[in-house]
Amino acid sequence: MNLRASIWAEAQRNAALLALWVLAAALIAYVFVTGGYLIAVLHFAAIYVIFVTGLNIFMGYAGQVSFGHNAFAAISGYTSAVLTANHGWESLPAAALGLSGALACALIVGYPTLRLRGHYLAMATLAIGLIVYEVAVQWGSVTKGYMGISGIPPLGVGPWTVTSDRALLVLLILFAALAVLAAAGIRRSRLGRAFVAIAGSEDAARALGIDVAHYKLVAFLISAFYAGVAGSLFVHAVGFVSPEVYGLHMVVLAFTMLYVGGIGTVAGSALGALVIALLPETIRKLSDYQDLAYGGLLILILIYAPGGLASLSQFWSPKRRTEGA
Amino acid sequence: MSGTAPADRILEVQGLSARYGHVEALRPVDLYVDEGELVAVLGPNGAGKSTLMRALMGLLPTEGHVRFRSTEVPRRNPVAAAAMGLVLVPEGRGIFGPMTVAENLELGAYLLKGNKAELARRHERVLSLFPRLKERRAQVAGSLSGGEQQMLAMGRALMSQPKMLLLDEPSLGLAPRVVDEILEKLAVLNREGLPIILVEQKAPLALKIARRAYVMSVGAIAAEIDPRTIKSHDELARFYLG
Repeated sequence: MNLRASIWAEAQRNAALLALWVLAAALIAYVFVTGGYLIAVLHFAAIYVIFVTGLNIFMGYAGQVSFGHNAFAAISGYTSAVLTANHGWESLPAAALGLSGALACALIVGYPTLRLRGHYLAMATLAIGLIVYEVAVQWGSVTKGYMGISGIPPLGVGPWTVTSDRALLVLLILFAALAVLAAAGIRRSRLGRAFVAIAGSEDAARALGIDVAHYKLVAFLISAFYAGVAGSLFVHAVGFVSPEVYGLHMVVLAFTMLYVGGIGTVAGSALGALVIALLPETIRKLSDYQDLAYGGLLILILIYAPGGLASLSQFWSPKRRTEGA
Repeated sequence: MSGTAPADRILEVQGLSARYGHVEALRPVDLYVDEGELVAVLGPNGAGKSTLMRALMGLLPTEGHVRFRSTEVPRRNPVAAAAMGLVLVPEGRGIFGPMTVAENLELGAYLLKGNKAELARRHERVLSLFPRLKERRAQVAGSLSGGEQQMLAMGRALMSQPKMLLLDEPSLGLAPRVVDEILEKLAVLNREGLPIILVEQKAPLALKIARRAYVMSVGAIAAEIDPRTIKSHDELARFYLG
């Protein structure tokens, strides 16, 4: 490919991605102006952008698998909820303590668990999620079981609290943008390259001097941090928490967002979270056929964009060289 | 063990064995490499050549001893082996497909950490040895041709300034003219003083550039040969057949 063709291909690739981002920004702006129920949907989407971006670091960059990151969101979210609603803490220190708890749990659990690979790692992490779920259900004196905790105060520092839906949307989008930018920075860094190397081949990475066990744990902790942030933001944004919030449904939803958006890509997590959060709203009018349409659309996306929405830009790119030798 | 004076001996392997579960994949192996040597490890499929390479790097649980430049290479610690200067280009190349050529090369110098000037110097050296990689620097490695991927795998290994290069079947799946090019580069590196262990199924190709060769069979070394004494394919076949 000569220089002109290469510049043209890059421009086309960026133009396609840019178009997707402009579309997302226009949608957010529209919802911001019109207000209503869709603002709450975007709150939810922004929180999931953070959660899924973190999961992408562990699963997409480092090529591991986890069905248990809902546990870290739950630990952080419940700590924040209990301390603010029941003990009168401010949201910021409560969230910080929740986050520390999530990280401590990730460290204790990750150290032995990450020696496992593939299906075994998946099962072990699934168990972590289920255990935390059961604790949230059974430890009624603190978590109020299935009834959940209500009256959780909104985010704020001192006298300043984020009470309006629009202000909360701006704040959550800022958090989400920061999360995506940080993930992009990690991907470009030496750390990110080590993660991708581990995903490619653990043995090849080891042979280059990369301490695979150490970096797997680092990826696990970073993604647990993201999950913790998302967990705490959720309880303060919604004002309520119950075990179902962090149940298996959260894992399934996050996986859908990750794969529909494009696992391993920086933009994919954000696009996936946004699309999957908004998709049910766009097909709500189909009433009885809503679930059918939702499933059908997901299948169509994965058939025509198996690399996720972030890979759609490649439709405009010239075919890359794949000659045999 | 035979060969030149032990003072030149840089790699000494004694009784190295490995198992995959209950299967003994590598029976106690003794071998050596002297300073500046290119040693070929030959043998049919399943002879244990790749297992030997993985065992040398500590990628497998093993028994026995590997001494490199008078220091014991810790077993089951490939990071330490890499830090000592032993670098493996694995079978199948092990390039990182989603990364660009430049990122793959940078990973080769992973242990260098933040020294950007040295990194740039090594980059230039590798790109001068493999000019085709220079044209493909920004290209995703997974989209390179097989030959270019092999060059990238070798270039990435060279980025760490290895003290010994272990190559596992670099000719696998490549066109003959590409194989010639790869072997020519290996010969150049070896002439510059880099000791190399080259695992190959295509024995005649490896013997063109090797100073000595080991023939492996069923997880053990069946023979040590001097390539200059091999006059015909039949003679070579005798070593394979025992």
